[in-house]
Amino acid sequence: MATSTRLTRSNAAGWAFVLPGFGLMAIFVILPFVFAIALSFTNQRLISPNPTQFVGLTNYQELLGLGMITLDSERDDAGQILRDDAGAAQFPRLRDYTRNNPEFPQINGMREWLSWGNDDRRTYLLARDVVFMKAIVNTVLFVLVVAPVQAGLALCLALLINQRLRGINIYRAIYFMPVVVSIVVVSLLWRFIYDGNDGLLNTLLNGLTFGAFQGRDWLGSAATALPAIMVMSIWQAVGFHMVIWLSGLQTISPTLYEAADIEGASKWQTFRYVTWPGLRNTAVLILIVITMQAFALFAQIDVMTNGGPLDSTQTIVFQAVDRGYGKQDISGGSAISVILFVIVLSISLIQRYLTRDRT
Amino acid sequence: MAAITGDNHRLRLVVRYAVLTLIAVIFIFPLVFMVMSSLKPDQQLLADTGSLRAFLPVGDIGLDNYREAFARAPVGLFVFNSMLVTAVTVVLSLLICSLAAFSFVFLTWTGRGVILSIILATLIVPFETIAIPLLLIASKLPWIGAEGLTFGWLNSYRVQIVPFIADGLTIFLFVQYFRDLPGELIEAARVEGATWMQIYTRIVMPLSGPVVATAAILKFLVMYNQYLWPLMVVQQESYRPVMVGLQYFFQLNIAWGEVMAYLSLITVPVLAFYLVLQRAFIASIASTGVKG
Repeated sequence: MATSTRLTRSNAAGWAFVLPGFGLMAIFVILPFVFAIALSFTNQRLISPNPTQFVGLTNYQELLGLGMITLDSERDDAGQILRDDAGAAQFPRLRDYTRNNPEFPQINGMREWLSWGNDDRRTYLLARDVVFMKAIVNTVLFVLVVAPVQAGLALCLALLINQRLRGINIYRAIYFMPVVVSIVVVSLLWRFIYDGNDGLLNTLLNGLTFGAFQGRDWLGSAATALPAIMVMSIWQAVGFHMVIWLSGLQTISPTLYEAADIEGASKWQTFRYVTWPGLRNTAVLILIVITMQAFALFAQIDVMTNGGPLDSTQTIVFQAVDRGYGKQDISGGSAISVILFVIVLSISLIQRYLTRDRT
Repeated sequence: MAAITGDNHRLRLVVRYAVLTLIAVIFIFPLVFMVMSSLKPDQQLLADTGSLRAFLPVGDIGLDNYREAFARAPVGLFVFNSMLVTAVTVVLSLLICSLAAFSFVFLTWTGRGVILSIILATLIVPFETIAIPLLLIASKLPWIGAEGLTFGWLNSYRVQIVPFIADGLTIFLFVQYFRDLPGELIEAARVEGATWMQIYTRIVMPLSGPVVATAAILKFLVMYNQYLWPLMVVQQESYRPVMVGLQYFFQLNIAWGEVMAYLSLITVPVLAFYLVLQRAFIASIASTGVKG
């Protein structure tokens, strides 16, 4: 640190150096962000005949409103549960409660998100905006899977690439290659891999199982679409984090490894007690970077699935763009942006707290 | 390892290379598929995805797809636009962000801590979430050009360049790097009567090769691959960048051979450039990545 040069204040020079950069950021990053917060409390649309009005928290209530209702199954006069042809218990229609029912004003306009229970009674979790709820769940799932898996795989690759072998640079260069390719291009290419008829993945699995594997449409089914996008996203970005791990590995002094070798430490012990402690700072950085990137999941969805099938790949950022730009509902899109910011900020504060230096 | 016999050693070596190669195949096969497919007629391209032929230049091979891609869209113009926007942004970004970082690290001024915190806080705001308010702002901004004072930046190069010149990540990279430079050098120069500008141009920047390279690479990748923003702000063909140009190939019936040719055209030059410089590329990112 250059603390010793700070003997004198130099306000004029200091501001002069910072101003071009900070000025640009103020106009093009901070102002839009403040704008987003302000717009989220209005009913602004891109083109609207009506003047913009302050609507308070309405946008947030529309997005985040949740309700719950428990219903008893319908019974005949003898008290037997009514069943449909398939044998499932009959319940009163949910919409009788959520559409203009004066006895249940708090769940008016909500739709079913999840339900659980038995034949006697079911509990319904209702949401004002089911698609957005799914977007939140999908995004969190994406982060929870991609952050640890990608960080772990990147570390494995870094350890693999950190060996002294002839030609290792070629392998390192290849592993990093997808990072250089646009995510839009990558997403288009992977559509061929995941294709339902004769996709490359189906062909490969079919060959490996000698024809036992029946092809499936990876992006076309709600169960596999999000995992497919997770795999592709990891494939694209893992090389970058490999390089960051590599830089961490190279800061560990070779004498530590020599000492471990002399002590007769096993490979695992060497990793556990020499390598891993030396990678602490790198680990923190990588986890934070991947988490941020994962929360911003957008281009893959836009190119590959558009949020489908059955909203199984909706994400928060995709929703923000879809509403604000696609549907021209600027205030709704802005509210989503603010919600995302609050989520990411909370998580980064939690991460910072958990990974703080305890020494 | 010293106790391992020669045969055993050789076997282990073979296994290592086999593992490395298998992983390499996983990382490279979609790109091989892209280039090979760009050489094939549509019908064969789609039929080949059912076998290993997808990765081989076999069958009816030719450059027809490339010819048709050029006929369908002004590919050269799109590449030029992207290169221009990318180059100008990278250069201005390096200059302006390094100046700001210089001030944060070496100068003392009122408000320094607060401003730096604000800039670092922007790192957690994904661009997509401010894109729409930014669009509203950009559509009203003034500009003084050949036609005098005009309002609205849509359909221009500047709308693709100016908002991306200063960003938190680039400033952060420079700040990290500058903090590790020897403070005595700067102190000595001050004592000798050098101005801050002289210190920046003669001492600090000449020592900053690795961080300049890293920041340039990361900015290049972001800018060349811009997708959502130009989609929103550039409706005129004359300013379109490469990723938006893709739309030309997704009309009613998609000619996949042409798509692959276009993808190859916009990707292979960057890949080639990367492969030539890969050693410096990776080394510079690694050296500025983190302090262990």
